[in-house]
This record gives sequence, structure tokens and C-alpha cells, in this order.
Amino acid sequence: MRKKLTLSEVKHVATLANLPLEASELTTFSKQLSEVIDYNMTLLAKVDTKDIEPTAHVTGAKNIQRPDVTEPGLTQKEALKNSKSVHNGFFKVKAILEQE
Amino acid sequence: MGLEKLTIKEAHQGVIGKKFSAKELSSEIFAQISKVEPKINAYLLTTEETALKQAEKVDKLISENQKLSPLAGSPVAIKDNIVTKNTRTTAASKVLKDFIPPYSATVYEKLENCNTVLIGKANLDEFAMGGSTENSAFKTTKNPWDISRVPGGTSGGPAAAVASDMCVWALGTDTGGSIRQPASFCGVVGMKPTYGRVSRYGLIAMASSLDQAGPITKTVEDSALVLNAISGFDKYDATSVEKEVPDYTKYLTGEVKDVKIGVPKEFFGGGIETNVKDAVMRAVKRLEGLGGKIVEISLPRSKEAIAVYYLIMPSEVSSNMARYDGVRFGGTREKFGPEVKRRIMLGTYALSSGYYEAYYLKAAKVRTLISQEFQKAFRQVDVIVGPTSPVLPFKLGERVEDPLQMYLADILTVPVNLAGLPGMSIPCGLVGGLPVGLQIIANHWEEGKILNLAHAYEINFPFTEKPRL
Repeated sequence: MRKKLTLSEVKHVATLANLPLEASELTTFSKQLSEVIDYNMTLLAKVDTKDIEPTAHVTGAKNIQRPDVTEPGLTQKEALKNSKSVHNGFFKVKAILEQE
Repeated sequence: MGLEKLTIKEAHQGVIGKKFSAKELSSEIFAQISKVEPKINAYLLTTEETALKQAEKVDKLISENQKLSPLAGSPVAIKDNIVTKNTRTTAASKVLKDFIPPYSATVYEKLENCNTVLIGKANLDEFAMGGSTENSAFKTTKNPWDISRVPGGTSGGPAAAVASDMCVWALGTDTGGSIRQPASFCGVVGMKPTYGRVSRYGLIAMASSLDQAGPITKTVEDSALVLNAISGFDKYDATSVEKEVPDYTKYLTGEVKDVKIGVPKEFFGGGIETNVKDAVMRAVKRLEGLGGKIVEISLPRSKEAIAVYYLIMPSEVSSNMARYDGVRFGGTREKFGPEVKRRIMLGTYALSSGYYEAYYLKAAKVRTLISQEFQKAFRQVDVIVGPTSPVLPFKLGERVEDPLQMYLADILTVPVNLAGLPGMSIPCGLVGGLPVGLQIIANHWEEGKILNLAHAYEINFPFTEKPRL
């Protein structure tokens, strides 16, 4: 079990999380995440979880379905109200296919 | 007139008995806010205009002799991670600093239907991540009992507002203790209902398998009144559960003879401050004196609860925070504060390829064991009691630089969320002028047993002290 996060691992995680972090933040998080993960895993490693199911919903509720009929939702105007980048009644987003 | 000191029940009786109007009541609350808020910083927004309209409506309904909810006219503070249509909701984050929700949370809609009066949106740790309200991007809320100390968190604003009479009650959210711990620190009553009891629709999601909304009030009776109003299945929240909602006030009998009260030895062990332990043990003795049967129990798995919580919660956080891309609403991701970034990083790491099974899945399995342990305990006892927080309200700034220390403050509240149980904190005394909370936990859907015991305690040992402001 790996417990110490290297700087390059932290950079990789920041990319996955789409978080623009400063160099100083990367250093701090490398230390703090290692500390928290180490604390957590030292405790959990001692617990035998063989044949134990993971918990999803705590009171055991199962999937709930509704009839497949349309209902009124937000108007286009309401849905766009909080956006800072709108074009002709649509959300304007960065081109995604041009990214690496 | 001192109307700001009233409970929901007293306020309601006064308003329907025409001793004072809903408008007068809310004006006195705003007068108290202008006096006290500069010291406490509980609110991110006050909503005088909305309050005036809502209060006038209540007064009109009363003049027409309409039948009203017990919450009608009651001045309420809403934690600012609960969306309120057309009223700015920020989650105390720069990312949402100018967000105007196009819809209301189901819990808030229910309150509007009960004709409550919205006083304002109360401060919290950014996106409800923290334990002291120091992570708010906008202001630091002070503990009304000692303004050099934290009010707890993440519902620090709501709890401080209730404690300092800047509202009659408040609505908070609790993911790992965020209603109960600030209630304990501020000397008020805080209830986290069973997971699925109250709709999460319109709660700005933090950790979806743990979040739950609930009341922060001055009395246990008020808590029951609010629970009556906000509970129930909601078609907009598929994790809410379709189950009959009892009238919670029927449990307020004052009778606790032969109630089996479990006292877990782990809740009184290392890491719990001695003076907190002593105050809570005295409360336990008092419950015994009222006729309760004390049963010593053990919850050995609770020592792993923090470890499970700080894997499951950040994992869910990292997923929920992905929606803040600056496109549909809100600002861009560099605006997140340090604690939010830390949890996104922790969660993304725990869910990343190669680590998911070792971290997230392992934690989800231990979570099952924690739940099972509680289920076993509840075959033996009706309720479980212990301290809400291992420590008294700490000094501002004391823990901000040490995340692990801050996380360990959640040690007694987190197991309840992991198991989805209802839990309440009630004030059980002062130590050196600072409040101590007694936590009462019951099995799923048994909020009634908590209210019963808490109410009996409250009427026999009323907590009448008030912070000097």
C-alpha cells in the first residue's frame, strides 16, 4: 500500500480533478494528502472486510422509478440566467475536441 | 418587548392570539440583528423585504381566521447551501458569489407553504466543508458565548444566529456533524434526521450519501414541530424514502421510565476532554434519575469511522464539485478555497485508477461494518448517548492550519452519518462559560425516541443560560 504521495502524483490528480493549482499548493497538498491517507489506511488496513458488501444507500432503499412522461422544467431563460457565457440562447463552452 | 427570545411555539401562540403581529415579531428580530450581528457575523444576507411581505401575509391570514401551521410567522434563518428561489445563495463560496437560484429546495418550499418568515441566509464553511465556519470565503462567524472562539461548523452561522436570538430557529445541513456540533458549541438544539427522512433536493450537494437537512432550535419541542413540517418523500429526491411521517410532538410525553439508554465506552475514551466527559456523564446520571436504564455498550468500530468518512466524503465531494465548471453558473475552479480543493484532491485520488479498490471500496465495506455494529447495539438499547463534540468550542485560528486535527473533531458525530441514523445535540450545561452538548442517537426512523428522551431532559433540567452580548 502506497502512503506517500509524490509531487508528480499530486500533479496528475490535479489534472484529473481539473483543478488549476499553484506550485505551493501542490507541495502543501502532497504533504497533507499523504498525512490523511496514511492516517486513514493505517486504521482501515487492520479491518477484515472479506465477504462484506460495500454500503450504497444506508437504509437499503432501492432504485425508484417514475413514469416516463415529460413535466414542465426551467424555461430556457431561467436555465441560462446564471451563466456568464451565453450565445444565441445557448451555453457557450470551450471547444472540447481541441484539447490534448 | 423581547420577542426575539421566543421559541417557535411561543411565537406562534402570540401571533395567533393577536398579542403581537408577525410583522412586529420579525421587526424585533431585525432590531436584534442590527445590535448583535456586527459582533457575531452569522449572516451572509438578510432579507428584510421578503420577511416583511411574508409577515404581512401571515397577519392577513390571521385576520381572516385561517388555520395556520405551527411554524406560521416564525422568523427563520436558512443555511446558505440551501437554495432559495430568486434569493442569492452562495454556499459561502466565491464560486457562487452571485448565484441566484432559479428554484427552491423542497425543504424551503415546505417552509414557505407553512408561512415561515425568511430572515436571511446564514454563514457556513465553504460548500459545508469544515468544522468551525472559518472556511467561509466571506466572513468568520463568532461564538456568541465567547467571540474569540468558533461557533462550530459547518452550520456555524445558523447555530450562532439561534443562540444570539437573531432568528427564532434555523435550518441547517449535517453531513458529518454540521448541525449537531455547532448546536453543541452554541448551546442550542440541533437535529439530524434519518438519511432519507427529509428531501435533499435543492441542498447544494456535498457528499450525497451522507447529507441531510434538519432544524436548529431553542427547544426540543420546536425541533419536533419543524420535523413535522419538513419530513417526507420527495419525488425530486430519489434517495428520500416513502414512509409515513408520524406527528413527532406525540413523543414529547416527559415519560422515560425504563427507556434503555446505551452508553458506549468509546464515546468517553481518549481524546475526549475531561470536563466535556464529566458534564455529559452528569447528564447521563440525570437521565438515569428520570427512570432511564443505563446499559454499558461498546462500539469498537467507531474508531475507524473518521478514516471511513475521510475517504467516502471527499470521494463524493470530488464528484459533486465537478459540476462547477464556470459554464452554466458560477465562477471558475481556481476560486475554490483551500479546504474544498483539498477534499477534491483527496477524493479524486481515492477514486483514481489503481486506488479505487484499496481506498474507496475498502472504506465503503468498513462503513457496512459500522452500520451493522449500530444495528446490533439497537437490539439491546433504545437510544445511544454520549458527547456531541470531544472538545469545547476552540479558539478562532487554532486548528485551521492542521486539517487532520480539524477532522478529528468530528469523531463522535461522523459514525451517525455513515450509518444514516438520526442524532440530536441538546445543551447539557456550561463548562467555564462554554456550552456542552449531549448527543442522543437512535435507530433509523426513530427520531421519536430521541425527541422523547431529549424533551424529558429539557423539561427537568432546563438550559436557561444565555450568552451575554
